[in-house]
Amino acid sequence: MSADAKISRRAFAGTLAALTLRPWHGSAQGYAGLGSNANDYAQVTPGKVFSFPTDHGPHPDFRIEWWYLTANLADSAGTAYGVQWTLFRQALLPGPQREGWANQQIWMAHAATTRADTHRFGECFARGGAGQAGVEASPFRAFIDSWEMRGDDNTDPNRIAPLELSATAKDFSYTLKLVADRPLVLQGDGGYGRKSERGQASYYYSQPFFKVSGRLAIDDKALDVSGQAWMDREWSSQPLAADQTGWDWFALHLAGGEKLMLYRMRQKDDNNYISGTFISADGATRQLTSADVAMTPKETVEIAGRKLPVQWDVAIPSLELAIHAMPLNPRAWMGTGFSYWEGPISFHGTHTGVGYLELTGY
Amino acid sequence: MRRALWILAVLLSHWRRHRMQLATLLIGLISATALWSGVQALNQEARDSYDRAAAVFGGARVAALVARAGGTFPQALFVQLRHAGWQVSPVLEGRVQIGGRSLRLLGIEPVTLPVDVGNAPQLGRDGLQNFILPPGQTLVAPDTLADLSLAEGATPDISGGERLPPLHAQRELVGDVLVVDIGIAQGLLHKPNEVSRLLIGRPKGPMQPLEQVVGDQLRLVQPDAETDLERLTDSFHLNLTAFGLLSFVVGLFIVNSAIGLAFEQRLPMLRTLRACGASALMLNSVLVIELVSLALLAGIIGLVCGYFVAAALLPDVAASLRGLYGAQIPGELSLRPEWWIAGLVISVAGALVAAATSLAKAIRLPLLATAQPQAWQQAQHRWLMLQSAAALAILAVACWLLWYGNSLISGFAVLAALLLGAALLLPSLLEAALTAGERTAQGAIAQWFWADSRQQLSGLSLALMALLLALAVNVGVGTMVETFSRTFVTWLEGRLTADIYLVASDDAQAAAIKDWLHDRTDVAAILQGGRADAQFDGAPLEVFGLPDDATYQAHWPLLEFVPNAWARLREGDAAFVSEQLSERTKIGLGGTIDLPTPTGNWRLRVIGRYADYGNPKSQVAVNVAALMAHFPQTPRTRMALRARPGATPALIAALSDKFGLDGRNLVDQATLKADSLRIFNRTFAVTAALNAFTLGVAGIALLTSLLTLANSRLPQLAPLWAIGLTRRQLAGIELTKTLSVALITALLALPLGLLVAWCLIAIVNVKAFGWRLPFHVFPLQLVKLLGVAMAASLLASLLPVVRLARMQPASLVKVFANER
Repeated sequence: MSADAKISRRAFAGTLAALTLRPWHGSAQGYAGLGSNANDYAQVTPGKVFSFPTDHGPHPDFRIEWWYLTANLADSAGTAYGVQWTLFRQALLPGPQREGWANQQIWMAHAATTRADTHRFGECFARGGAGQAGVEASPFRAFIDSWEMRGDDNTDPNRIAPLELSATAKDFSYTLKLVADRPLVLQGDGGYGRKSERGQASYYYSQPFFKVSGRLAIDDKALDVSGQAWMDREWSSQPLAADQTGWDWFALHLAGGEKLMLYRMRQKDDNNYISGTFISADGATRQLTSADVAMTPKETVEIAGRKLPVQWDVAIPSLELAIHAMPLNPRAWMGTGFSYWEGPISFHGTHTGVGYLELTGY
Repeated sequence: MRRALWILAVLLSHWRRHRMQLATLLIGLISATALWSGVQALNQEARDSYDRAAAVFGGARVAALVARAGGTFPQALFVQLRHAGWQVSPVLEGRVQIGGRSLRLLGIEPVTLPVDVGNAPQLGRDGLQNFILPPGQTLVAPDTLADLSLAEGATPDISGGERLPPLHAQRELVGDVLVVDIGIAQGLLHKPNEVSRLLIGRPKGPMQPLEQVVGDQLRLVQPDAETDLERLTDSFHLNLTAFGLLSFVVGLFIVNSAIGLAFEQRLPMLRTLRACGASALMLNSVLVIELVSLALLAGIIGLVCGYFVAAALLPDVAASLRGLYGAQIPGELSLRPEWWIAGLVISVAGALVAAATSLAKAIRLPLLATAQPQAWQQAQHRWLMLQSAAALAILAVACWLLWYGNSLISGFAVLAALLLGAALLLPSLLEAALTAGERTAQGAIAQWFWADSRQQLSGLSLALMALLLALAVNVGVGTMVETFSRTFVTWLEGRLTADIYLVASDDAQAAAIKDWLHDRTDVAAILQGGRADAQFDGAPLEVFGLPDDATYQAHWPLLEFVPNAWARLREGDAAFVSEQLSERTKIGLGGTIDLPTPTGNWRLRVIGRYADYGNPKSQVAVNVAALMAHFPQTPRTRMALRARPGATPALIAALSDKFGLDGRNLVDQATLKADSLRIFNRTFAVTAALNAFTLGVAGIALLTSLLTLANSRLPQLAPLWAIGLTRRQLAGIELTKTLSVALITALLALPLGLLVAWCLIAIVNVKAFGWRLPFHVFPLQLVKLLGVAMAASLLASLLPVVRLARMQPASLVKVFANER
């Protein structure tokens, strides 16, 4: 995942404050709120040396941060499933961390599961300081209410594996084991991801090589599932650019073991900004830019009054890659406080495989 | 269509010639609608604010977890429950004082606050951040802000020296509540990491069983459809509604007689219209349209008047509710569209009901018919028999309810059945009285007097029924209020025995005050008091600490007790129970109460019962030292002082100077008594106002009935005039007749009223408030009411009588020319 995807995730996080106000007929802080006083927070600069497991934990001096996991799974009969688990943190104020309820961190989480014929999702909110939600670096534990992503004494900080992941909502639940035999992938320039010409950036690394097995229940019908998963870690303080309306993001597991992350930032002037990373099966990365990639929306589906491009043609001539991507379930709409489309996809063409697609700002 | 308009125009022309009649019809409808909708507006306003209170307190409408032992519990349980899937949100509650005024401080956690808490306070644009991050915000109702004489943004100090976050007015909040973030509340109340309860939101998935997560530390309190306040104040509102309904019914009596009169007078006109070719159907349709239009007009005016009635009564209602139940009602009315619609509907429905008999008559109207008073009277006689039978049946129901009924509703049903039965029986009783009079009569005129009175009866009976009802209710309520008033004063004497009562702001100040008082020679005794809140039998219970002092032993208003009660109380395992508690739980002398306390279960033997008027909560009184032992967190801030004779004013002044105490937390016995009596009096001010109004309405009903009769009875009077009686004599006879039936009615109303009073005292009061008063009869009050009733009757009959006395002979002669 490259620099601009950070913007997308940051935009999510930016809505945290607004979302938490929901019962209060809240204010729509959202994007506009992110435009202010970012300079009072810690700044993302090139040359950071990452240190694990410390960096798996929160960076409260930065404004926003997330732990983001998507999984493509199948049961013993071959039925495909998708699973999402995301924990967001946002600081309401810069400065030293305050104790107890005065703590300025707000936490939000989304969980979802998708099958060809159904899509279920849930969300949680919490304040920092009381222990309801948070992240501990070692042993790794990211949690909010009863949702948890947890390592143990055997968890290798350089692979952030093995992990256990669980979430429970009204009409679905899952408990998954994640293992990985390859190290983390630093995105961008050694984990420094430049997002635009204007110098916005984030710290960003991923674990795209997770193998997954576990149990998934939809409406109390539990099944054994297995597959692969992708985890993103990002933190930043940068506000969104004012001319950005949304993004289309791909995380793809190629059948040959390679990984591909792509996104397209949509700007008001129709100058779409495309960026990506090709990760070979051994973990080596290759940066991709607008000049390398052609992303073409093909079919749209209408949900909640929005037209969403859920089928795509993607071509990267330099990699001799030309694929057509289709959603497992075109109606994978996240009707959470801040709504967006996020669901599992499969693709065919010069390459085949599965992955996740995220569409926001429509 | 056109024909219908013509008919309507002809019908309406009647009102142009009889403006007075139109006025009475409208007054009847207006007063019926006004009183009914006024009372509804009051009830609605009060219920709305209970809802707000319940929602803000988060106590009643949402299920909650509370500490099994009462008091606060560690916040860690909140986190454990969240991690176990429970959608709980913490609340910390306490009391703080600003400038001596005690307010409820509520700490909430907005992010997890369940959405279904309802009227959660609203925050502005940057609300969450400003609310949860220091310095935070204190949300408060605008009324309370004004009461505290503080401005938006002020940061007043509270007792204990802490400073509140900036005040921020929130319309949705109820009075006397301060809402802050939970973290800020923990600081202000010195309860770090403590919470009072956890509100339970809608589950988002499976939850671990409660016991598995927190053991037996917490217990689940199910949500109530009704709030505590609603339950407590139900009786008060039922009272208001009963009076509203009574006024409405009495108002309809006026409408009935006004419409009856109009119909009587328009008979020739209707007949002419029928003769001209208007079908019965069309005539009746137009009559209904006319009536509905009038009802709508009157309904609108009535609603406006109702608004003013409600606005005028609201301060008294608010004061009563605050004084009696601690319920906060805002000082202004907000009316909903439903209220307006309901008011119009009831006005139209009432008018149609009141006009039903007249309309039925119009449908069956024969084209050619003459007045047949005697035959009609005989038909009436049969009807009267039926009515009496119905009355007896209703009275039987009243007896049955009295015997088997066991609730407040059944108490009011007894009252309603009693009043209705008596009202229906009235014409028969009057008939019997008049028949008896007729038998004893000597001479033609006297015989005619009685016979004519009897014949007049059916026309007057509705108005007389209204008079009977109004009078009986006046007697009943008056007797109850007077009884209560006397009992209350005596009780206050017993209850308020110390000279000075004071509440220190905290334990430290209390200790300082005690030290200071010890050195003074004008203090005879310092009596430590105390009060704790507990739960018993599913309801809140006050535990009152009684000082071990001779004054209390001599005066405390015990209704019954075991021998050596005070010595037994000192041992710490015995209690006096309030009459309310005893009534509710049926625990009497010798019974036991198992009270959950922070230090464990406390078994108390009941050794006495005492009156505790005006307290909506159940109460037990125990020895104060025992109270402090079982509720160690109880503030030691309450004390009562006995001063040397004459020293009270100086002592009050000195205390106020030295410790900055003011009228809210330092009061002498006389002031406290006066305040209590004032609250008490205001409680019944509403009742009294409605009472007076009902009587007034009954007077108007009588007036309109008499006007109706005066008109229709000219054919009977004209022959008398023709055979030589002067108009003056005729007028005198008429007046005597009216006053004598009114007197008989009033005399019947007195025993009925006493019966009503007995029902109120022995059934309604016991069920509504939990206390039983001794029954007293106040003859002077009865005589006074009798006088008022006769005066009202006199006033009502004056206009028709004067009219008769001044009637042009030509009018009387005309009767013979165009007798119908």
